[in-house]
Amino acid sequence: MMEWEIVIGLETHAQLRTNSKIFSGSSTAFGAAPNTQANAVDIALPGVLPVLNRAAVECAIRLGLAVGGKIAARSIFARKNYFYPDLPKGYQISQYETPVIAGGSLAIVVGQAGQSYEKTVALTRAHLEEDAGKSLHEDFHGKSGIDLNRAGTPLLEIVTEPDMRSAAEAVAYAKALHALVRWIGICDGNMQEGSFRCDANVSVRPRGSEVLGTRREIKNLNSFRFMQQAIDYEVQWQIATLEDGGRIEQATVLFDPATGETRAMRSKEDAQDYRYFPDPDLLPLEISPDWIARVKADLPELPAEMKARFESEYRLSAYDAAALTAGREICVYFADCVAAAGRENAKLCANWLMGELAARLNKEGREISAAPIPPLQLAALVRRIADATISNKIGKEVFDALWSGEDKDVDAVISDRGLKQISDGGALEALIDGVLAANPKSVEEFRAGKEKAFNALVGQLMKATRGKANPQQVNELLRRKLSDRDVLRPPD
Amino acid sequence: MINSSLKELGAALAEKRISSVELATLLIERIEALNPTLNAFITVDREKTLAMARDADRRLGAGLAGPLTGIPLAHKDIFCSEGWLTTCGSKMLANFASPYDAHVVQLMKAAGLVTLGKTNMDEFAMGSSNETSFYGPVKNPWDNTRVPGGSSGGSAAAVAARLTPAATGTDTGGSIRQPAALCGLTGVKPTYGVVSRYGMIAFASSLDQGGPMAKSAEDCALLLSAMSGFDPRDSTSLDRPAEDYRRDLEKPLAGLKIGLPREFFAAGMAADVREAVDEALAEYRRQGAVTVEVSLPSSGLSVPAYYVIAPAEASSNLSRFDGVRYGYRAPEYTDLADMYCKTRAQGFGAEVKRRILIGTYVLSHGYYDAYYLQAQKIRRLIANDFVQAFRHCDIIMGPTTPSTAFALGAKSDDPVEMYLSDIYTIAVNLAGLPGMSIPCGFGGEGGKLPVGLQLIGNYFDEARMLGVAHRYQLATDWHKRMPEEA
Repeated sequence: MMEWEIVIGLETHAQLRTNSKIFSGSSTAFGAAPNTQANAVDIALPGVLPVLNRAAVECAIRLGLAVGGKIAARSIFARKNYFYPDLPKGYQISQYETPVIAGGSLAIVVGQAGQSYEKTVALTRAHLEEDAGKSLHEDFHGKSGIDLNRAGTPLLEIVTEPDMRSAAEAVAYAKALHALVRWIGICDGNMQEGSFRCDANVSVRPRGSEVLGTRREIKNLNSFRFMQQAIDYEVQWQIATLEDGGRIEQATVLFDPATGETRAMRSKEDAQDYRYFPDPDLLPLEISPDWIARVKADLPELPAEMKARFESEYRLSAYDAAALTAGREICVYFADCVAAAGRENAKLCANWLMGELAARLNKEGREISAAPIPPLQLAALVRRIADATISNKIGKEVFDALWSGEDKDVDAVISDRGLKQISDGGALEALIDGVLAANPKSVEEFRAGKEKAFNALVGQLMKATRGKANPQQVNELLRRKLSDRDVLRPPD
Repeated sequence: MINSSLKELGAALAEKRISSVELATLLIERIEALNPTLNAFITVDREKTLAMARDADRRLGAGLAGPLTGIPLAHKDIFCSEGWLTTCGSKMLANFASPYDAHVVQLMKAAGLVTLGKTNMDEFAMGSSNETSFYGPVKNPWDNTRVPGGSSGGSAAAVAARLTPAATGTDTGGSIRQPAALCGLTGVKPTYGVVSRYGMIAFASSLDQGGPMAKSAEDCALLLSAMSGFDPRDSTSLDRPAEDYRRDLEKPLAGLKIGLPREFFAAGMAADVREAVDEALAEYRRQGAVTVEVSLPSSGLSVPAYYVIAPAEASSNLSRFDGVRYGYRAPEYTDLADMYCKTRAQGFGAEVKRRILIGTYVLSHGYYDAYYLQAQKIRRLIANDFVQAFRHCDIIMGPTTPSTAFALGAKSDDPVEMYLSDIYTIAVNLAGLPGMSIPCGFGGEGGKLPVGLQLIGNYFDEARMLGVAHRYQLATDWHKRMPEEA
């Protein structure tokens, strides 16, 4: 049986967060009544002309800086000519031979905690273009409706090299890019509204082959789950086809979430000749070093930089550091938390953030920005665990109280509920004596060599203290007591 | 009154010797009388015109008038004009009432000019004889069996027949200068980027430029001052300070160096045209100018380069006419592709289709490098030729057209012959330079057909170019001659 290698490249359309369209002054807000946000330029009346929105260019520069790409001093807008009712001019203004951004890369972490690996995906280019309108095929009884609100919305198309070798890598890349475009504020990342959508070029080849297989392009993947499913299906289909002695024809395919299958939309023979040529209505886009410097000064610390910093300064694992920099919100939360808890407690902050807090948010379907426990409260909790005021286990009880909003102050919760850890040796000794006296059977069993009986005794003690006994101290004291033959001899 | 200059009309209006309403009425009546023969106007709307004239009269009465307030003006039907049909000479837009004004139309309104109507033109400005119009050919007022030139043939015929004191035109390869020459007018194509293209229906975006057509250089200077200026809605509009193009009108010609391109004076120019041009050059020498020979070695390639670049851009620019949102849609079709095909097959005329096909071909995969890229290189060579030539002269002169007005139908079956009628004008568009045509005599049988002298200025040198034309018009009266019919 031949071993196959999967090769994937992604093209992502990120809708840029500008107030107005890329070549007209119309609003880009989502959800307005059809054709209410389409002006003369957007509907391509005779005689109208495009004027480039500098804010869209600034978004491209931000991405270029964030991925370490080359920002072209001079790039050209070209017309991509084809007829479609939702394409008012009969051409889309895009960039073809000279894109605004060339090269760059994105680091990704693939897989689950403990078995993850890092990888760098090289970018080919990123270019600016305008979106088309929408064709509406329902509600018009045999006709189609056209909504041109989206026509002219600015897009940045970000293209990778065929660097990914599994659906998991493709999804990890898409997630990293999704986080990045939101991080640098150029795209709202709303996949349901189509603000961030991916096309995946998928091919397979015998492992060890240098030649790329024939690719099929899966269009318009608008969720990470669909991306995973679509690529998995496509790969399995391509391998099955080849193993059956078939050939892969270059094609564009669509993923149907209902069936979980991909199906061909058009083959290479149907490929259109777009007759690209430089748009004579627009001057070449010139970006000065000055402009780039201004944008750079305005850029936040980037996720890759923060990830590296978290690993070196806080000694976090690559997986943890990647998870904590997967989005601006979680990262800011973490940074605030560490600042208040002290950097020596960073790892504990990370554990709480990615453990209890993440689980709770996930369970309730909340975003971290809507977490009921602000970073400073979590930091206070972490500090009390770190200084042994409470145990990690009791920490969860405090966390619950904070989460429910019953209390806002960690120390108040601890004192009001008497959760302070019992670390006083004398007090603990007395308690242990009581437990040993009440459980002679367990003591006997332990002495007979049953280690389990020790745990039962610890459990009894914890029960008696409602979990507040310092577990480490309990262990030590209990062992000492049990080894002392004089202690707890059955009464004569 | 009908042969008065804009300055004279402005004075008559200011001194209340005539009102704008009276002037407009007089011209509308002339249009009603002569347009059935000439076919110079596609749309005339007496009520709209008179409403504007009344408004102008109020401004004149209130002392709020500028030098052009109340003067009627015709717009080539390529300029979108709010509330007016804007057909571009095509069935495709026969029902298109523009919801907005072109920048030029806005500026002309702001200057107080009164819109007299929309003039006939070659369909989508593709033609050199005004015979490709969906609305039928325009007749040359000097000889109704002959063409007025094109594509701004309606504007040219209207001014020549004194149906309007002035008109707007557009020039992609000679569409202002060539009809101005054939109809005995003064017409100016400014430097590319001086006049905003916003609202001017695009033919070939990198070549199109609007400009004035009138009786004299002085009139054109006045009009160009009003219609030019930076427009942020046109990315190719040049952000330069506003100019008064009359500033050099009186500048003497002594010492002016006139460059005569060797290639323009070679074979191909008709004898009557050569004679008139030579006589005009003699007049310039009499006024103290000197002529020097210059060379534009690549100019012979301008027609082929133009007929790659212009159709390429046009094929894309005209894609928006698809029957979906406005304009003509075929009454019957089976599906989307059929709707597109029938709409465009029925909505466009033969010449427009020819150029869309040429343009589509030269942009196609595998042909782009051989045609479009090559043509762009030639374009650069042509522009460089002019840069070289202007090192040796202040202005370039030559014929506007190789012959006087040709007969209707004479070239309509031979597109290449038709394209060659723009042989002297096209290079100017490819280089983006300002050029103009002024009347310099008559030729043809019995000497009844106007001949045009072409002036080509350096970039942004419109004021000087207009001054050079004006000094000639002070010494000659060719520009004051009217066809008998008028």
